[in-house]
Amino acid sequence: MSTDRLNPLALVAEITHRCPLHCVYCSNPIELSARDAELSTETWVRIFNEAASLGILQVDLTGGEPLAREDILDLVRAGREAGLYISLISSGLPLTESRLAALVKAGLDHFQLSFQGASESVAREISATSSHPHKRKVLQWLKNYSVGVTLNFVIHRRNIHELEEMIRLVEEYQPGYAEFASVQYYGWAFANQKALLPTRAQLDYCVEALKAAETRLKGKTRIVFVVPDYYAKYPKPCVGGWGRKLMLVSPDGTVLPCHAARVIRNLNFDNVKEKPLEDIWTNSPSFRRFRGEDWMQEPCKSCERRQQDFGGCRCQAYMLTGDACSTDPVCSLAPANVKVGAILNVVNRQIACQLDEHPQYLYRKNPD
Amino acid sequence: MRPEFNAIPRLASGVRLGGNDRHSKILLMPERALRLNGPSFEILRRCDGKHTVQSIAEELHAAYPTAEPQRITDDVLKYLTSLHDDRAIDF
Repeated sequence: MSTDRLNPLALVAEITHRCPLHCVYCSNPIELSARDAELSTETWVRIFNEAASLGILQVDLTGGEPLAREDILDLVRAGREAGLYISLISSGLPLTESRLAALVKAGLDHFQLSFQGASESVAREISATSSHPHKRKVLQWLKNYSVGVTLNFVIHRRNIHELEEMIRLVEEYQPGYAEFASVQYYGWAFANQKALLPTRAQLDYCVEALKAAETRLKGKTRIVFVVPDYYAKYPKPCVGGWGRKLMLVSPDGTVLPCHAARVIRNLNFDNVKEKPLEDIWTNSPSFRRFRGEDWMQEPCKSCERRQQDFGGCRCQAYMLTGDACSTDPVCSLAPANVKVGAILNVVNRQIACQLDEHPQYLYRKNPD
Repeated sequence: MRPEFNAIPRLASGVRLGGNDRHSKILLMPERALRLNGPSFEILRRCDGKHTVQSIAEELHAAYPTAEPQRITDDVLKYLTSLHDDRAIDF
C-alpha cells in the first residue's frame, strides 16, 4: 500500500448488542440490533482477514457484551491468525476462569474490564445488574494469565465520590493500565445527561486525585484520564479524524466511521455483507463525507488547530446544532459553544449533588 | 524507573512485536501501536527475558560501530526507562 494513502489502523468489532448490563451511559445506539440480525462466525472471519490486508493492526471485540457470543473463542482465534492484536472490551459477565484460560490460549492479547463504580450499590444503580462482586473475582483470575489488563472506570456525577476507592482498587491489583473515562454524551448517555454530567468542582477534584495517583503509580500502572468533552477548551480529534484511522462494524454488518455516526441523518452506510471492507473504506460516501477539509465551515476552515482536532466530533456537532458540518460546540471557539455553556450552567447551579435521590434513568435495554 | 545493568527486560503482558513480516517493526500494546525505527526495534527485540541491559548495550555497540559507545549506552538506558514508564516492558 502506498504511503501517501491513509489506511485504517483499528477495527471496532461490535459483535453483538446483547448485554447482561443495562448501563445508563451505554454508547450503543438507542436502536439496538437483534440477535437474529447478527453476523455469522464466517462473516467475521472474512472481515478480520480483510481488515489485516487493509493495514489494520488492532481489533477491539466489543458489544454489548462480546462474551455473549457463543463463538467468541473462534473469533479471537481467527483475529489472531489474521495477524491482528486482539482486545476484549468486557464487563466480565458471563466469564468463568476456565473460559478466561481458553480465551488467552486462543490468542487474546488484552482484556479491558469495565467497572461501574467501586461499590455494589453504585454499580447496581448504573447497570441495574449485580455484577461488582463477580468483577472482583475476574480481577483475581486475570492475575494468573499472561494477558494485558486494563481496568476501565467510567466516571460521571453519580460515582465520582467513589474515585478514591477506585484508585485503591487499581493500587491493590496494579494492572498495566487504568482508564478513568468520563462519560461522553451519545446514545443512552445523551438521554441520561442531566443525571450524569459532573460539576466543575467534581472535575477539578478528579484532575487532582488522578494526577497524584499517576505519580504514585508511575512504572506500575499507566493511568489515563479522559475529560468530559463539554468541559474541554478544544474538542478531541474524534476517532483520530473521520475516515482516517478507524472502522466500526456493527452487529448486523453496517460499517460506520464511529460509534455514533447513525445519528447524522442523510448518511448512507454500507454493509460488509454486500461489499468488501477495503471498498467501503475507500469509496463509501459515509466515510468520504467528512474526510479532509472541504466540508469545514468557519472557524474551523481557517483554524490553525484543524489538522490536530479535525473540527472535533461530527456527531456532537449534529446533535447539538442540527448541522453536522458545524464546529463541534464543545470548542471554545465555536459559535454554538453557548449551548454547551448553558447546559453546564444548569449543572453547576444545582446545590450539592443529592446522592440519596435516585434519578429517573432511561436504562439501556437488552435486544431480543 | 531506570534499569540496573544486570536487569533483564522483557515485554510486559499484552505487549508484542507485530506478528507478521509487514508489521514486524511495530510494537503492539493495549490501545496503542508504535512504529519503531531501526535502533528502537533492535533494542526491543532483545527485551526477551534473556538479555541483560549490559548485553543489549554491547550488542547495540556492535550493530552501530560508527556511533560512540557511551552515547549508545545512554540512549539504551533512556529508552528502556521510558518503555518501562509506558508499561511496555518489565525488568
